[in-house]
Amino acid sequence: MTATATSARSELSELGRSETALRTFLHGLPGVDQVGAEQRAAQLGTRSIKTTAKAQAIDLAIRMVDLTTLEGADTPGKVRALAAKALRPDPADPSCPHVGAVCVYPAMVPYVAEVLRGSGVHLASVATAFPSGQAPLEIKLADVRAAVAAGADEIDMVINRGAFLAGRYKEVYDEIVATKSACGDAHLKVILETGELATYDNVRRASWLAMLAGGDFIKTSTGKVPVAATLPVTLVMLEAVRDFRAATGRQVGVKPAGGIKTTKDAIKYLVMVNETVGADWLDPDWFRFGASSLLNDLLMQRTKLTTGVYSGPDYFTLD
Amino acid sequence: MSERVAVRKTYKLFIGGKFPRSESGRSYIVQDSNVALSSRKDARDAVVAARAAVKGWAGATAYNRGQILYRVAEMLEGRREQFVALGVPGDEVDAATDRWVWYAGWSDKLPQVYGGANPVAGPYFNLSAPEPTGVVAVVAPETPALLGLVSVIAPAIVTGNTVVVAASPAQPLAAVTLAEVLATSDLPGGVVNILTGRLSETVPTLASHMDVNAIDLTGVTDAELAADLEVKAAENLKRVLRPAPTDHDWSADPGITRMTSLLETKTVWHPKGV
Amino acid sequence: MFEYAPAPESRSVVDIKPSYGLFVNGEFVDPTDGGTFKSINPASEEVLAEVAEAGPQDVDRAVRAAREAYEKVWGPMPGRDRAKYLYRIARIIQERSRELAVLESLDNGKPIKESRDVDLPLVAAHFFYYAGWADKLPYAGFGPNPQPLGVAAQVIPWNFPLLMLAWKIAPALAAGNTVVLKPAETTPLTALVFAEICQQADLPAGVVNIVTGAGDTGRALVEHGGVDKVAFTGSTEVGRAIARAVAGTRKKLTLELGGKAANIVFDDAPIDQAVEGIVNGIFFNQGHVCCAGSRLLIQESVADRVLESLKRRMAQLRVGDPLDKNTDIGAINSAAQLERIRELSDAGSAEGAERWSPACELPERGFWFAPTIFTGVTQAHRIAREEIFGPVLSVLTFRTPAEAVEKANNTPYGLSAGIWTDKGSRILWMADRLRAGVVWANTFNKFDPTSPFGGYKESGYGREGGRHGLEGYLNV
Repeated sequence: MTATATSARSELSELGRSETALRTFLHGLPGVDQVGAEQRAAQLGTRSIKTTAKAQAIDLAIRMVDLTTLEGADTPGKVRALAAKALRPDPADPSCPHVGAVCVYPAMVPYVAEVLRGSGVHLASVATAFPSGQAPLEIKLADVRAAVAAGADEIDMVINRGAFLAGRYKEVYDEIVATKSACGDAHLKVILETGELATYDNVRRASWLAMLAGGDFIKTSTGKVPVAATLPVTLVMLEAVRDFRAATGRQVGVKPAGGIKTTKDAIKYLVMVNETVGADWLDPDWFRFGASSLLNDLLMQRTKLTTGVYSGPDYFTLD
Repeated sequence: MSERVAVRKTYKLFIGGKFPRSESGRSYIVQDSNVALSSRKDARDAVVAARAAVKGWAGATAYNRGQILYRVAEMLEGRREQFVALGVPGDEVDAATDRWVWYAGWSDKLPQVYGGANPVAGPYFNLSAPEPTGVVAVVAPETPALLGLVSVIAPAIVTGNTVVVAASPAQPLAAVTLAEVLATSDLPGGVVNILTGRLSETVPTLASHMDVNAIDLTGVTDAELAADLEVKAAENLKRVLRPAPTDHDWSADPGITRMTSLLETKTVWHPKGV
Repeated sequence: MFEYAPAPESRSVVDIKPSYGLFVNGEFVDPTDGGTFKSINPASEEVLAEVAEAGPQDVDRAVRAAREAYEKVWGPMPGRDRAKYLYRIARIIQERSRELAVLESLDNGKPIKESRDVDLPLVAAHFFYYAGWADKLPYAGFGPNPQPLGVAAQVIPWNFPLLMLAWKIAPALAAGNTVVLKPAETTPLTALVFAEICQQADLPAGVVNIVTGAGDTGRALVEHGGVDKVAFTGSTEVGRAIARAVAGTRKKLTLELGGKAANIVFDDAPIDQAVEGIVNGIFFNQGHVCCAGSRLLIQESVADRVLESLKRRMAQLRVGDPLDKNTDIGAINSAAQLERIRELSDAGSAEGAERWSPACELPERGFWFAPTIFTGVTQAHRIAREEIFGPVLSVLTFRTPAEAVEKANNTPYGLSAGIWTDKGSRILWMADRLRAGVVWANTFNKFDPTSPFGGYKESGYGREGGRHGLEGYLNV
């Protein structure tokens, strides 16, 4: 880290001490023009990724999947099967890489941990009264501690959107700081729930707020509100992590989640990462997809590339 | 008791709101009066005055410009007899007065009629609006002396242009007298500048002047001269109004073409987003 | 790390004939007093086809055909029927858009993604838009019974060959005129396929005539005594010559000429979108755009930051094979244009401006120029005053809005301008003061058939597009 970045970082770390300083900083960030951002995202979506590049992208995307189930109906059996699939997504092809992580509710963490232990696949747990976050702070923190204690090495928290939209930035900030501290060694992903933030200006501000407060990753969505990850939202977040690293020297990851169902979609995201923040983020440590059905489509496309024949859903496991 | 000795008028130029003599010190006789014989330098000075007036006049509100043009009509009405004394028929003075009134009303309507929103296929606000082109050189028609003159000046200035008018060499008195009307109508100095004298001295200078945006050749009757002026005007791509047909009916409804020929359409785009 | 494999668009959708005649009176004919010339692919220098060069007699024949069609068929035809022909043409263009896009990229050098996503959709949209006007002219605001002019002579440039053809032919035909159009000598092919489309649409013979050739052919057309209207898009120098040539005639003239647009970035701009706008403003179509944002004016307080972002973004631009779907910047259209870009860029360096281009590998054959920016440019530099018509951006700074306006307007041109700021009232204040026919605020290089386009001052006169675009083809 350069000397300037160090001093910038220490200056920025002061911001969390006062509501006014935070507000002044966040509202001083450059605005985002909606039409321009959406056009840029659409433009990147027209890149044509073929043959070797496609094969490379599919394997990378598989390694970036946070294979997720977040249902009231989740059972130990269901999540164990999912974890098994995370380890060997395509049982017929040992060259197929494993996914990045499995993502479940805290109560399911122990069952997944049994399967994943020592595998290199991370175990993510949503916490902090996911998905609404509408619980007292102490309960949210207890949620985090329990998940970590049960074996989660990544925590996906939700920000307090109510406080954010009401302009109580310090409250949001303090909660993230407290959650980070409750995480211990676990990585903290901060879910902005961009579908509820309404504007890209808010997405940029929330991104910075989460990074300033110590988040290791910023994540778009819970998957529980109508609008989940979109390309332009992810673009704005990628620009934020790019600018944050330039200012502080610290690199933060990005995780679009929800609504990414096809290989074509996933490749658009990878192109966007490639051309917005570059190769440093083209790694499961720095970019993840929160998804469930995406994996099977990636596997089908992967098979098509290796065999030259279109596959069908019956040939891939449903877990 | 002896008859009172009349006070005669000196017919001078009208530049920048003032009435200077020609810098050349020359004059010529029309209807027993000395009239200034403009030089190339007078033409240049007039362009400088016209350019200086553009910002204020184009920047004035349309309402304000309309009020001033209406004020010109009021002043002209009051001076009707002065023009009649010069030989302008009373009916023509009335028609000229009415023409000022007609154009006065256009100031705040033309942008609505001639501009508007464009329904582009995308999330954009898109609006086209006319703007004045800038400094316009005008060769006034010889007849009708007053109505013709008013009919070329008013459409140019109502939208915010400023003009340098080469008055008809044979009919300069009505032009200089109109300048007196304009000078007392709250029209800012330099919006209308009037040169008298030979067209061959002033108009080629105006046609080739690089700080003139448009030229109206209405009063040029010599086709060869008109073509030559148009060639000169091409140097900085002036907007050109070609000479009017000799049988042009100046009493007819003028339409909006004279105004629109001296306008630029500016189209502004802006995204619509949250 | 993530290298995009080549993704070439197939050439097989295009069937280029070895040679093309002139399109006169509904059929392809050999020139009588002209010769031939070759159209090449600027990305490879390969010859694409041999094309007829029309001589004065050929031009005369085309003008006569247009006159006859005007008097006997197109002029008397009810507007609703003219409309239907134009709708037909629009539809055929949509159906053949892939073929036309590939051909345009081959002949012009522009990236396929631009010909596919920008040029062709706009071409079809233009015909659709003006088709609808053909039977509604009394409502266009030019009086109750506006009349066509007669025969229109139209000369178009090489930067958007088919789009410029659409801008010219669609309003002319809608208003009831017939046309003789001369495409640019380096990009005649899509116009010739358009001639085939006219045949396919059963457009009456002589309504559209295409005479290919270079400057002499254009001159013969513009100076022909039988034309009533001249419409030209191209350089200010040629525009001036045309204005002289039509002086003293009855010919109505519209000119769409050069530009040196200022793209003005304020300190409160949405920076990431502004950077996209700067890139789109100057590198779109290799900078072969008359309204290109070739002068970047950045408020001094954010200059470093914007330049850093701009350079980072420029490093992502992919220069190369125009037919590769991932190419952002294609080939320079001709050796002559490349020479001009080099000459002016060298002048920029010689005059002390600092030159920067991202590392990029250029193909060996063909005409190429890396995206380039010059910083430390002042108003006095040639690269700040002359139109380069290439992927070369001159960067200047300003301190106050008034200074930005002053610098932006300090040019004989006045085609377009860009403003980037989050402050609405400042946009409107600026837009009022900029002497330019198109002002893009928080966007750049957007076009639409409903939106009038054209310049102030030496950027020409008349407007193309929208209701205004009809005016140049009516006796008003």
